[in-house]
Amino acid sequence: MIKRCLLVFLLSFFALVANACAGKCSVQVKGSDTMVNLGQAWAEKYMEENPAEFVAVTGGGSGTGFSSLISGTCSIAMSSRDIKQKEIDLAKQKGRNPYEIKAALDGLAVIVNPKNPVGKLTLDQLARIFSGKVSNWKEVGGEDAQIVILSREVNSGTHVYFKEHVLRNNDPNSKEEFAPGALLLSSSQAIADEVAGNKAAIGYYGMGYVSLKQKAVSVARDEKSEYVLPTIDNVISGKYPISRPLFLYTNGEPQGEIKKFVDFTLSKEGQEIVLKTDFVPVK
Amino acid sequence: MMRKFKEFIIEKLILISGLASIFFVVLIFLFLLKEGLAVFKTVSPFAFLSGKSWYPISEPAQLGILPLILGSLLVTLGATLISVPIGVACAVYISEVAPAKIKEFLKAGIELLAAIPSVVLGFIGMVTLVPWVKILFKLPTGLTALTGSIMLAFMAMPTIVSIAEDALYSVPKTYKEGALALGATQWQTIWRVLLPAASSGILAAVMLGIGRVIGETMAVMMITGNAALMPHTIFQPVRTLTATIAAEMGEAVVGGEHYFALFAIGIVLFVISFAINVTADLFLHQKK
Repeated sequence: MIKRCLLVFLLSFFALVANACAGKCSVQVKGSDTMVNLGQAWAEKYMEENPAEFVAVTGGGSGTGFSSLISGTCSIAMSSRDIKQKEIDLAKQKGRNPYEIKAALDGLAVIVNPKNPVGKLTLDQLARIFSGKVSNWKEVGGEDAQIVILSREVNSGTHVYFKEHVLRNNDPNSKEEFAPGALLLSSSQAIADEVAGNKAAIGYYGMGYVSLKQKAVSVARDEKSEYVLPTIDNVISGKYPISRPLFLYTNGEPQGEIKKFVDFTLSKEGQEIVLKTDFVPVK
Repeated sequence: MMRKFKEFIIEKLILISGLASIFFVVLIFLFLLKEGLAVFKTVSPFAFLSGKSWYPISEPAQLGILPLILGSLLVTLGATLISVPIGVACAVYISEVAPAKIKEFLKAGIELLAAIPSVVLGFIGMVTLVPWVKILFKLPTGLTALTGSIMLAFMAMPTIVSIAEDALYSVPKTYKEGALALGATQWQTIWRVLLPAASSGILAAVMLGIGRVIGETMAVMMITGNAALMPHTIFQPVRTLTATIAAEMGEAVVGGEHYFALFAIGIVLFVISFAINVTADLFLHQKK
């Protein structure tokens, strides 16, 4: 009896080892923290349908994804921003050729504490708040309190996207920066926690992260336009001004098992998962 | 013959083990220099050390680490001011005042404190200390240099207590007996005789405690807010040198300007903690 138990144990152990090896030889996906949950959900469903395949998904930030793609330690980089020219050049130097696939859309929610009376802001007001030109809530219709600006760390695609599209208003020549006093937190969760506990805080992250402990602000392009909430409908219709594409990058056009996984993410099933994880499908 | 040969082999092996640590330190330092000095092709050392803006991923990047240096120093200074009086007092109590039973109990407690991983302390600080600091000082946010200082003081305490206690213990018994025989009270003996006699060891303890604090990364990253602005008071968020390296290394493309700048920050940190260790060493040797 004991012998048989031991045998079963040993067999399962070998099976595990074999699996781990298979893991090393298959698809490694790395990058944007915004997309980690989505990537995991894709990978789980995909592996359920293709038990022979193995997809490992890890986060770290869009920049981290690109640097791993360039150095060859992952086969797909997830990114919540375009690849920079600098990164393309560096990839070319190392004989790699980044290939872009648009896999989903994301609305960036600007969030405040639910007790904060401010519920709507224009893009211009947001730019002035995050660059530190407006430092008191009463200047944008709130209470007399110093604004606490929360941002993601510089390795985050969300940070870069917000800077380029809100602070700099898509102007490539703009030199606008986040206020030096902005707190740089290392995860969306940290921002969510601080906003939940701090009445004077304002932050931003993917709309999938908004819970009842935070309040999403309605945003308008300018004073004359309509203030819209970050909802899936508003992002698809293009009404919500701060939305962005989410990308997968591969080295050259995807092939073999990488192609199989990428095709899965773009399939009807894959796009349903996008919707389930609170992002917006591209198709 | 055989015995001599054996002796020879063992001697050389020990010699190699001894040299290995020096060898690795030199290698690490050379690597740091090689990667870090490359940043000075694009920014002058003066501008790097005295620049007030840290925007490493902008075009063109602004690489000024003065706010980061000041952030590190401010957090360290705060932690020192908190941990040194408490740590030294604790060492005095353990070595001179406490009855044997309490002494063992306290020593075990301090060892336990040293065993708590820094990320756990950071996490505890984030959920307990941060809201408390915010409410108590009526600040806009609890993620400040002060919060980091308090948490790091906990980390420096075990080092300070155990080394200072050793220093007090190694003061010759005759000093104490002499003072007591002359009619000094216990407090007078401690304050006028034991502490001055052990001062160099206690200073070394303080320096090593500071060394521990300035190199700490995880906890400060979680609770100081990481805002790279010039600090004016301890109630502001700060960004430290260590947190900057840890937070940005993942993003920096190998061989890029940002990557070299992070290594240059590594050199600055290396120089600071080297200076602290040398000072501590000088104090320790002065004693003998």
